[in-house]
Amino acid sequence: MTLLRSVPAASALAFAALVLAGFVLPDWAMFLVTMAFAKGLVALGIVGLMRGGLVSFGQGLYFCIGAYVSGLMANWTGITDIFLLSLLGVLAAGAIGTIFGPLLANYRGIFFAMLSLSLSMILYGALSKMTTLGGTDGLNVAAPTFLGYAPEGRPLGLALYLYTSAIVVLVGGLMRGLFNSQRGLIALAIRDNELRIEYLGASVRTAMAINYVIAAVLGGLGGVISGLAIGHVDPEFSFWTTSGEFVFVAILSGYLSIPAVFVGSILLEVVRSFSNLYFPNTWQLALGIFLLLVIVLLPRGLGSLTLRRRKAKEQA
Amino acid sequence: MDKKSLTRRLGRPVLGTVAALAMTAGMLGTGPAKAAESFKIGVVTFLSGGAAESFGVPAWNGGKLLIEALNRGGEVPAPYDKKGFGGMTIEYVLVDEAGGATKQVQEFRNLVQREKVDAVLGYVSSGDCLAVPPVADELKAFLILYDCGTPRVFEEASYTYVFRTAAHAAMDNISLARYMKSKGIEAKYFAGINQDYAWGQDSWADFVASMSVIQPGAKVKTALFPKIFAGQYGTEISALMREKPDLVHSSLWGGDLQAFVLQAGARGLFKRAQVAFSAGDHVIPQLGNKMPDGIILGARGVNGLAAKARPNALTTWFWDAYTKEYKVFPVQAPFRMVQGLLGLKTAVEKAMVANGGKKPNAEELAAAMKGLEWDAPSGRIQMTLGGGHQAIQPNAIGRTKWDTAKGEMTLIDVEYYAAECVNPPDGTKAVDWIKAGFPGAKCK
Amino acid sequence: MELFAVILVDGLIYGAWLFIVSVGLTLVFGVLNILNLAHGSLYAVGAYTTASAVGAYFAFGGDGFPIGSYAVMIIAAVLVAIVIGPLLERGLLRHFYGRDEVLAVLVTYGVFLILEDVMKLIWGVDPYFVYQPYDLLGSVEVGPLYYVSYDFLVIAVAIIVGLLVWFVINRTRQGKVVLAVIHDREMSQAMGVNVDRVFMAAFAAGVFLAALGGALTAPMISVSPGISVNVIILAFAVVIIGGLGSIEGAAIGAVVVGVARAASVHLLPEAELFIIYLVMAAVLVFRPEGLFQKTQARKI
Repeated sequence: MTLLRSVPAASALAFAALVLAGFVLPDWAMFLVTMAFAKGLVALGIVGLMRGGLVSFGQGLYFCIGAYVSGLMANWTGITDIFLLSLLGVLAAGAIGTIFGPLLANYRGIFFAMLSLSLSMILYGALSKMTTLGGTDGLNVAAPTFLGYAPEGRPLGLALYLYTSAIVVLVGGLMRGLFNSQRGLIALAIRDNELRIEYLGASVRTAMAINYVIAAVLGGLGGVISGLAIGHVDPEFSFWTTSGEFVFVAILSGYLSIPAVFVGSILLEVVRSFSNLYFPNTWQLALGIFLLLVIVLLPRGLGSLTLRRRKAKEQA
Repeated sequence: MDKKSLTRRLGRPVLGTVAALAMTAGMLGTGPAKAAESFKIGVVTFLSGGAAESFGVPAWNGGKLLIEALNRGGEVPAPYDKKGFGGMTIEYVLVDEAGGATKQVQEFRNLVQREKVDAVLGYVSSGDCLAVPPVADELKAFLILYDCGTPRVFEEASYTYVFRTAAHAAMDNISLARYMKSKGIEAKYFAGINQDYAWGQDSWADFVASMSVIQPGAKVKTALFPKIFAGQYGTEISALMREKPDLVHSSLWGGDLQAFVLQAGARGLFKRAQVAFSAGDHVIPQLGNKMPDGIILGARGVNGLAAKARPNALTTWFWDAYTKEYKVFPVQAPFRMVQGLLGLKTAVEKAMVANGGKKPNAEELAAAMKGLEWDAPSGRIQMTLGGGHQAIQPNAIGRTKWDTAKGEMTLIDVEYYAAECVNPPDGTKAVDWIKAGFPGAKCK
Repeated sequence: MELFAVILVDGLIYGAWLFIVSVGLTLVFGVLNILNLAHGSLYAVGAYTTASAVGAYFAFGGDGFPIGSYAVMIIAAVLVAIVIGPLLERGLLRHFYGRDEVLAVLVTYGVFLILEDVMKLIWGVDPYFVYQPYDLLGSVEVGPLYYVSYDFLVIAVAIIVGLLVWFVINRTRQGKVVLAVIHDREMSQAMGVNVDRVFMAAFAAGVFLAALGGALTAPMISVSPGISVNVIILAFAVVIIGGLGSIEGAAIGAVVVGVARAASVHLLPEAELFIIYLVMAAVLVFRPEGLFQKTQARKI
């Protein structure tokens, strides 16, 4: 029975549940979950940074890189295979992340947030200028294929959903492993006291840089999936409000639980979608109130709910 | 083994998934029940943000007015005197377009799959107009793009279920360049101030290309691209005045255009150079006599004041009903919304004749809409481009003149352009047509 | 040479405006350690309130004494500060002091969303115009160009505001108390400082400065939905370039951005869109915490 509490077993069960859900969810909900998962991946990268005490307001940069890689590859080379595109997106985002990571690792707090934001806004500005890439209007992306399988209609939505679910479960499991590893625990300790970690002999900079590259990779992966799912990419992917949304999901979920990130992401999509439809004139008001309520009522994020319950159980 | 310990063993990943499932599954059956004899449309337009005041809200004001009049039946002049769409009551769901193309793709899916609308009519932003059509075809959902300007929609792709009921933006700048020629406005040097995003960049490129054909000697002095919603144009105005161009072209709109007119007026730019606003008619009701005399103005079609100057029964009905309801006259956006809705009405009724009076499905609607022609308050709309999916329409350019006696703005020296005079023939890209010197243009 | 002068004048006018709209942001961060994303909305509320107040002033016989409209603008900004300042600070922000600064950023983002729609509910979407104060002072000839005298009024106001804030903080007893609170909140509390009141006053001052920015801008623009978004990002950039919490930094940052933008418009108009981010990134690469960084003790 303890087997079930292991990460691989729990991941396998979660995946099975998601697959089953795929066959009952209506089309619109399946798309919503796919998008929420893709954005959740980006937020998970921020959660990784958050464990070390940093919050990036510029993950739109990598989200956008991933999305444009998938879009341009499909348009220029005709590659539509989602596995290959994901790999390329991850490589591109990872490469850029490796360049900026060591630089940004020197920054803390709001300066880290703002420098990452300005990097993403420079990409936004550059893309807006490139009329060959569609300028601010962006460009359309062909539907993805899956190792030669080219579905249409609902099967396409389902395939995309299953692919995303598999990635989410895989990445979630890996991130849990990372968080529990020595490296992950060091990050948590950095959050508490950076100088103490340095005195203990670990490099804060390296830890930060690695977390940043991981966040970049996840951002790129989320971007590839979003770009393919929406079928359109534009510079807005790199705009600060997009990045802000990822931060919101990360904060909403907290850094205590990985599934909470994806639940939080779905929750935000649901709230936004319904308030948009039922209060077309005041949806921002509804979203703002929701945001404040979450922050006030759940200061440590959604993840603290399960943790609280577990603690209560252990005391009983 | 009780239930609680089971959940504990399954661990938090599963718990999370279950919660997510419960959340989504809880909403499987939402959406209001549909009446038997109604046609439900999703309307997407800007209700918040910078484009709400100038486009989104006036457009919807016009649309709502028309829908209500059609639902009562017999109020709109023939051939639109039949109730609703072919006797069916028109229902609508309204969605805010603010939030970017990503969000609009999601909301479009929700409109079609969750709200089960029969057609969607929407989109002011050209980014949204590029992003949504592939999804409409994927979902086999009938979509009318009613406002956006980018020619790319049907020049770079073709769709089965997507139609645009307004002319694309190339027309605005071609007409403007033609107007300069016919009114003898020689521009040795000209300059541009356009917002730095697709609309502004495209408008400027089209205008420069048109000028190089129509007035080959004219040279570009400077091309300024302020950020959209910048609001502060002091530096740009200095640059424009320092460069001393004869003509200034601008496709600014909304709050940006209003701010620019206030600031440029105070600094005397309008006295030094002839200024032309390719889509500027919609700021007249707000600016009143703050808009100087002699500005060359387009309205992206025979809309607003230019339509009023050439009245017919339909235009007069719309003008009077709108003015009575909202205490302000209709500008370009409500005209475009109304021409889209009337096109949809015509297509629905044509499809019902073909299918024996049933409510048409998306295939039947698309077949009826393809190549359709109908009359709107802005003139005759013809779906001739993009294989019958993209409208062309006549255009008008005029000059502002404040009527002190009546205390209202009028448009003088109005020149009307036939649709075929300022729109390319089917199969030719707008840019190529301009560069080739407008072959086959039919001007009166 | 003439071009250089024009760039300088344009840059100073824009920089002065930037300083006024961003100084409140840096002040609030300096004292409360909260980066207020709703700053732009407060600017917009100030602009709307001014539009209504000045509109009413001229509707009820202000034409006879048009200069009075300047007083009305300042009163409008004060009104916004005393209504919204305590409401936000006491009602919401004080719960987040000492917590993660990013959490506070998100809280203010929520406030921004709410205010956007609240403004729409109060003032609708139709634009407001109050150009009388803008036209009142006529225009000035500078070299080959005409400038509106109002632009120079904005420069004057920026200088006055900057000096006043600097003077209050550095040369008055109240300012010393604020500095003490910034330096060590708990210690000042122990010494008998009413920290709550300092925070409330500082936040209200920040709101006033935001609203004043809106009030001064209202006459030259169309006051309509969406004006807040652009200001937030500009003010952020200025404040980050200058160093968060530094008044001098905000002033220098505003002038640097203003002149850089003016140079770009006159010499390289294609780059205008991202010049501000380039300046920001360039400054941060060499001065990680902005031009005027505060040295902070690290806790072991």
